[in-house]
Amino acid sequence: MDYFLQQLINGLTLGSIYGLIAIGYTMVYGIIGMINFAHGDLYMVGAFISMIAFMLLAVLGITSVPLALALVLVMAMLFTAVYGWAIERIAYRPLRGSFKLAPLISAIGMSIVLENYVQIAQGARVKPMQPLIQGGFDLSLQPGHHTSLSLLQILIMLLTVGLMAVFSWIITKTPLGRAQRATEQDMTMATLLGVNVDRIISATFIIGACLAAVAGLMVTLYYGVIDFYIGFIAGMKAFTAAVLGGIGSLPGAMLGGLLIGLIEAFWSGYFSIEYKDVATFGILVMVLIFRPTGLLGKPEIEKV
Amino acid sequence: MLSIRNLEASYGRIQALHGVDIDVEAGEIVTLIGANGAGKTTLLMTLCGKPRAGKGSITFEGEDITRLPTYQIVRRGIAHAPEGRRIFPRMSVLENLQMGAVTVDPKYFADDLDRVLTLFPRLKERIGQRGGTLSGGEQQMLAIGRALMSRPRLLLLDEPSLGLAPLVVRQIFDIIRDINRQQKVTVFLVEQNAFHALKLAHRAYVMVNGRIAMSGSGAELLADAGVRAAYLEGGHEAPPPRPAPEAAP
Repeated sequence: MDYFLQQLINGLTLGSIYGLIAIGYTMVYGIIGMINFAHGDLYMVGAFISMIAFMLLAVLGITSVPLALALVLVMAMLFTAVYGWAIERIAYRPLRGSFKLAPLISAIGMSIVLENYVQIAQGARVKPMQPLIQGGFDLSLQPGHHTSLSLLQILIMLLTVGLMAVFSWIITKTPLGRAQRATEQDMTMATLLGVNVDRIISATFIIGACLAAVAGLMVTLYYGVIDFYIGFIAGMKAFTAAVLGGIGSLPGAMLGGLLIGLIEAFWSGYFSIEYKDVATFGILVMVLIFRPTGLLGKPEIEKV
Repeated sequence: MLSIRNLEASYGRIQALHGVDIDVEAGEIVTLIGANGAGKTTLLMTLCGKPRAGKGSITFEGEDITRLPTYQIVRRGIAHAPEGRRIFPRMSVLENLQMGAVTVDPKYFADDLDRVLTLFPRLKERIGQRGGTLSGGEQQMLAIGRALMSRPRLLLLDEPSLGLAPLVVRQIFDIIRDINRQQKVTVFLVEQNAFHALKLAHRAYVMVNGRIAMSGSGAELLADAGVRAAYLEGGHEAPPPRPAPEAAP
């Protein structure tokens, strides 16, 4: 039971991170009908910006952990947002109205550019980071077993829940969110009504990048090591999460992220840690074969 | 108010409009009738910059709006209730109306909403329902209501009667008349349902193969033998009067 509980905690933590990245995939897909293959690299960029920001703050002598965390969070979101915005301007906007495969290819190109840029600028070696948040709770149920819930895990889950609440509020209640949903459902009509679709698409990339940046920060703190290549595998898993939840569905992305995190944790815990990626991508194959619309992506029946 | 001069537009390599001239004066209801594929919808969409006019000019209240970005057109006071209604299916009736008001100062919203819901009491009953679940007539009301939310001076209506029961068609046309008379909104109406449209309109144009073939007052065209044969008595299947054949490109 203890072991199960521990895997559950680990899975939820991991799933939070995947969920945050998955939202970026699903949002961009919802609006422009494209998979942003450079999105995983935004998360990697977010992780590097977080690490640089932590070092910068250490140099400046800011030692209060909550203050440093808050500052790094803001900086990571800000700078990663610029990257997200730039990806759309460089790789997507000039190709809008082009044949459907073109932006896909340019996004993959963008992903390669980002990875190599970080590799050259930051080096190819794995970057370690001192654990910043330590301590936690012992949740052991039986003597001799060990189950722990660290403060960091609590922080990651709380931050994820908080961000998703803010994000859902933006999408469902604010004029920006309404314009985004309208653009997603009928871009031409939204334009006819006076929505500047270019601005809405930019905003979508920026919001996705902000969430990916937070995921990058979390992973930097959680694993303590990052390198220029982490975006690829995490990006693919978050993409799987978005597909599992139903691509284009925002609650689906959150649910899919959690499920993928749990599957990975339990697979690693009970079967084999070496094959955890096989489990995840096996799910992707299964979903694509048996339920291509995903769990929550049921297409609506609409009168025409 | 609106003057269209020598307008040409194409979809890809297919030219849909061949030098169209149309004038709409403030306070009028002007209708454009014509067979399927004559270019009526293209004309309305070209007014909004989708597709862009290839040649010619569109002037609205003295301003040349031919090259204006589409999202700016509505800010000049032109609202479009397009072909197929294009309701946002997964948004509520209220949200659809809110989308109509994106260009308007929020302080007017409550009053405007009230005005539209008085005009269409049916929408009030359905206010929280998703757009995609409304009936065809309700969707058409929502499309017109959404267009009115932008406080237009010129309302473009593209086949509001399409696919609706005769009773509902009459209701919609009555409302269009009310909008024009009571709310002082100029209406440019594109229709295949020539009978109702001509009865309603002050003036009318007939479009054939991307050209204006005829124009006059609604009553004149309603009495015209050619128009009657092509659009009223024979139904839509009768061949429209063709202009001189085009020179080969």
